[in-house]
Amino acid sequence: MKVDVLKKVPVSEQDPKVRATNFDEVNLGYTKEEAMAEATRCLNCKNARCISGCPVNINIPAFIAKVKDGDVEGAYGVISRSSALPAVCGRVCPQETQCEAQCIRGIKGEAVSIGRLERFVADTAKDLGIKPQLPADMVKKNKKVAVIGAGPSGLTCAGDLAKMGYDVTIFEALHKAGGVLVYGIPEFRLPKEKVVAKEVENVKALGVKIVTDAVIGRSLTIDDLFEKEGFSAVFVGSGAGLPRFMNIPGEQSLGVFSANEYLTRSNLMGAFSEDSRTPIMRAKKAVIVGGGNVAMDAARTAKRLGAEVHVVYRRSEAELPARAEEVHHAKEEGIIFDLLTNPVEILANEEGWVTGCKCIRMELGEPDASGRRSPVEVPGSEFIIDCDAVIMSLGTSPNPLIKTTTAGLEVNKRGGIIVNESEMTTREGVFAGGDAVTGAATVILAMGAGKSAAKGIDEYLSRN
Amino acid sequence: MFEIVSKKHLGANVWLMKVVAPLVAGKAMPGQFLIVRVDDEGERIPLTVCDYDREEGIVTIVFAIVGAETERMSYLRVGDRFADIVGPLGRPSDLVDLPVEELKKKKILFIAGGVGTAPVYNQLKWLHDNGVDVDCIQGARNKDLLILENEMKAVTKNLYFATDDGSYGIHGNVCVALQQLWDEGIRYDHCVVIGPVVMMKFACQLTKKLGIPTVISMNTIMVDGTGMCGACRLLVGGQVKFACVDGPEFDGWKVDFDQAMQRSRLYKTEEGRLMLKLHEGDTHHGGCGVCS
Repeated sequence: MKVDVLKKVPVSEQDPKVRATNFDEVNLGYTKEEAMAEATRCLNCKNARCISGCPVNINIPAFIAKVKDGDVEGAYGVISRSSALPAVCGRVCPQETQCEAQCIRGIKGEAVSIGRLERFVADTAKDLGIKPQLPADMVKKNKKVAVIGAGPSGLTCAGDLAKMGYDVTIFEALHKAGGVLVYGIPEFRLPKEKVVAKEVENVKALGVKIVTDAVIGRSLTIDDLFEKEGFSAVFVGSGAGLPRFMNIPGEQSLGVFSANEYLTRSNLMGAFSEDSRTPIMRAKKAVIVGGGNVAMDAARTAKRLGAEVHVVYRRSEAELPARAEEVHHAKEEGIIFDLLTNPVEILANEEGWVTGCKCIRMELGEPDASGRRSPVEVPGSEFIIDCDAVIMSLGTSPNPLIKTTTAGLEVNKRGGIIVNESEMTTREGVFAGGDAVTGAATVILAMGAGKSAAKGIDEYLSRN
Repeated sequence: MFEIVSKKHLGANVWLMKVVAPLVAGKAMPGQFLIVRVDDEGERIPLTVCDYDREEGIVTIVFAIVGAETERMSYLRVGDRFADIVGPLGRPSDLVDLPVEELKKKKILFIAGGVGTAPVYNQLKWLHDNGVDVDCIQGARNKDLLILENEMKAVTKNLYFATDDGSYGIHGNVCVALQQLWDEGIRYDHCVVIGPVVMMKFACQLTKKLGIPTVISMNTIMVDGTGMCGACRLLVGGQVKFACVDGPEFDGWKVDFDQAMQRSRLYKTEEGRLMLKLHEGDTHHGGCGVCS
């Protein structure tokens, strides 16, 4: 296979016209031949900057070297030493701002496609039945650790602790493990049975127990975990919380949803399928408010459910917080971007059903505290987008449940749990990470925090 | 887990089940709810807790058949298992946080309508167990729809019945009954109303007129029920609140009931379609417009 060293080996994708009508995965992944060809582009740098660009510090050149030799099992061994969820990360990590942003190849051409290679290794390993292994020299420690939430941070923390010899139990509030990987990210970006369920099985294969239908703070408190259930440390990875709304007139109308609700119905409850017993609104014309990855997921889901979709975002394209790839995919699928536009009112008919979204044009003013140019309204520029659904994708504020039921656990102004450099909270023996600490962020940052917390827990329990 | 240990038909379309769910039974308090899934494809259904037995790890649920999913629940038999039961969810009733001595000084009235009788029973029983005497008006369209009569009698000082058709107790709805008691000179200084939204709306209008502070409990559309999806939002005093984490109990004088009623209609068409599908089984063909 001929390789242009300046360019990534392209990956096959489903045709945009076809995929906009189905929920199958968009990106089809590398074949072995393509992966081995792409692997030859890695310069195997001595001072590999990509490793420091990875929140879980995967030894990237080492796994790519194995791929180059066609040794998938060896490559999987390298990755799984650092990451519990490679098939997930290979799909949803923002590699372009992390590992690939550091790649020397990127100076003159395109960075090595580390994400696609990671996905190739994880998927192939799964097909070959290769499982992550406990370290041969692992010594069982007779200590129990509780992990709250089976999302990216919790699964990572649990997997790492199990490899260190701890007896780990994850408590998950929903009926299925995976957190945002099952309720938030759609099937067409991250297949649930083929990928997420398999990665969860791999974490279980390390000896981690998962208890679903257990809401910590309600079914059991953190005090119960220490006092009644015999756990020596607790990791809180309870994720993001309640969706934000705009507080504009008409927001309670029928057909206004949070992206969390819309996506949870479609993803966790499978409502995208005609056979599902959980209802979802199949809009004719939907307005998605917001410009992040969640907004893109909601937009592309609404499109697949048959809607004409408009993304309304108050800043310009350059400020869209979503990954460039997501925006690109959305555009390819025919999603319309109404940029520098902000909703001011949601219009409804007499029965309360949404009939339109009244918007105002915006222009960029002076940079604000975040360094981004803040949008200001253009007077008199109001106009109406006719629609029957409005999906608010404006981020979340932290869930107050664990805070209000755990004495001594302090949170910051925004409601995020306060942690020190070892991820320990203000309550001894209780650690935290992921969105519960940072507010809405990425899967891989949550995994990084879970990993760092596992180290912190090990140090703490080794002292006590 | 989640095995049904007993099942009872309470009349009309209302069923009672006792189910093994130790995590819920261990912590449930009056005012809280739980979520069930009938099977692995099931929708998540929020239900109030009627009773719990901490020792045995058993919760009692009461539900009316209002859609395909609750109808499926009614098909389950003793020995069958739910796929999932999670809880307790929501905040316990404010009453349980008050010192018992203070509760004993209050003149508390409960108003229960329809299946709302189940969560009211849970609160009445807790108060009764703590030596607090309370009164209750239990309302229904007719006598056949009054549920848990003996259980309710056992935990109330005065239990009044109100039926729309006059087939039992006071002739009229719960508001008529409350007005009648008031006119007889009976006074209350705290009221808890749980039942259909329209009943709670009119009961609150009356208690406001009479000056009795009132708490209501919302049974809204929900998905996760743990503070993540925002489907259960409602307006309370002009502010967006979430029934699953801020409630389910709210100040009845401040709730925007009209909007809550409107929101409850959101999936009615879809639910109707699912009900048809359940009844027609394999012969279901998608309804009108699909025939060719």
